[in-house]
Amino acid sequence: MDLIWQGIYKAFYLLITGDPEVLHITQLSLCVSGSATLIALLLGIPAGVVLALSQFPGRNILISVINTGMGLPPVVVGLLVTVMLWRNSLLGFFELLYTPVAMVLAQVIIAFPIVAGLTIAALQALNPNLKLQLVGLGASRFQMALCLIREARLTLLAAVMAGFGGVISEVGAVLMVGGNIKGQTRVLTTATVLETRMGNFDVAIALSVLLLLLTFIVNFVLTRIQQREHVAWPLLK
Amino acid sequence: MKYFLSLMILAGLWGCGSKKIDVILATTTSTQDSGLLDVLVPAFEQQTEYRIKTIAVGTGQALETGARGEADVVLVHAPDLEMQYVAKGAFSNRRPVMHNDFLLVGPAEDPALIKGMTQAVGAFEKMASSQALFVSRGDRSGTHVLEKKLWKMAQIDPTGPWYLEVGQGMGETLMVGSEKRAYVLTDRATYLAFQDKIHLIPLIEGDVLLRNNYHVMEVNFENFPRVNRHGARAFSDFIVSPQAQAIIAAFGKDKFGSPLFYPDAENEQLKK
Repeated sequence: MDLIWQGIYKAFYLLITGDPEVLHITQLSLCVSGSATLIALLLGIPAGVVLALSQFPGRNILISVINTGMGLPPVVVGLLVTVMLWRNSLLGFFELLYTPVAMVLAQVIIAFPIVAGLTIAALQALNPNLKLQLVGLGASRFQMALCLIREARLTLLAAVMAGFGGVISEVGAVLMVGGNIKGQTRVLTTATVLETRMGNFDVAIALSVLLLLLTFIVNFVLTRIQQREHVAWPLLK
Repeated sequence: MKYFLSLMILAGLWGCGSKKIDVILATTTSTQDSGLLDVLVPAFEQQTEYRIKTIAVGTGQALETGARGEADVVLVHAPDLEMQYVAKGAFSNRRPVMHNDFLLVGPAEDPALIKGMTQAVGAFEKMASSQALFVSRGDRSGTHVLEKKLWKMAQIDPTGPWYLEVGQGMGETLMVGSEKRAYVLTDRATYLAFQDKIHLIPLIEGDVLLRNNYHVMEVNFENFPRVNRHGARAFSDFIVSPQAQAIIAAFGKDKFGSPLFYPDAENEQLKK
């Protein structure tokens, strides 16, 4: 138990003294997982909209694939991306393995199905009459999609949080494709694994505290946005 | 797609601040977990145009990664396995770097009564016959390779409820061993780093079979055009240089009172 208090104390000590290595690790975590979430949103929301609103053969299979992907194990993604990025492999030409770009790539693959799957669910939870009304008002497909996204924005913010939470906390993929290289690809989760392996449990706990703190701050900001938008049920007259 | 590309490029620029040429070093977890590489790598990078990317994995994975041309240079500690790969032509220029030793550690009550024995093989026989709990790395690391060799020499096929394979790093394996009050074969560097966190004491040490030799090898560039042969040679030359050997000899003295590794390259030069 003492160890946990020591870890919490150490976390604040590292924060206040501004330990450059810890700051860099935290910054890289935020940057890698933040850009991965952003890319996943830019790809996942349009994909989710298309799948939710259109009808074509194989649509159910695609949605099932995406729903399965929502639970994609990070180690599996890490292994696949590593093998693809090996320099004697398909995408080896880019020399991306053991760089932050490779980590972003792996995390996009993890976050994309989460965002797309939740987008589909969000749009399908809307009142179906809304779609009919929009068609009736003469909206183009694009206008209709934009309007429905606006309507579903509160649920979509939940997709952002789920996607970000999924990638900032994962260790399997970033450890494999990033290599946990000091000063280059070391992030909070992989640093925690390393410190544990080295027996520095207090530092490992301190890093965990920082990770939780970071995730909390990001989610707090997103929740603030979400709840500001949220209109409470009007009182029944 | 435009966003995607520009973000990827931005992320790429962000990560690659330096223009140095990368050298991928595949090595064992013990060199990283002990902190040795945190001293050696910066010393090397300061004086060359290369930047080291350290991938710390088990020796088995390090050798396999190198043999596939996915690393440039390896620093490993499984001599028998290394020789197999050298024979296959995967590596060249194998040179001794340093050594320390393995210990057989266990609970103070010593259920298999091996304390005081001098032969590791005899101790392994006794552990098996008494069915005392043993925790194995089980991950094809250098330590695991040696452990399997010792079981083989003792003519024992370790199976059964007393033999636990955890498939994790040395530190985790020691923690599991400590919780289960079991015997563990460990390298000295990791044991020293963990000794105040676990309840296991050294029982067998000093047997010549327990010597832990680290070698550096360069990946055979003839098979793989992308291998950075010059970077690999620069690093392997550095690690056997008097400067690096002096760093190795001094490393850990301040923290543990004794060095964690003993340099071997100079000795070889003296012999010549």
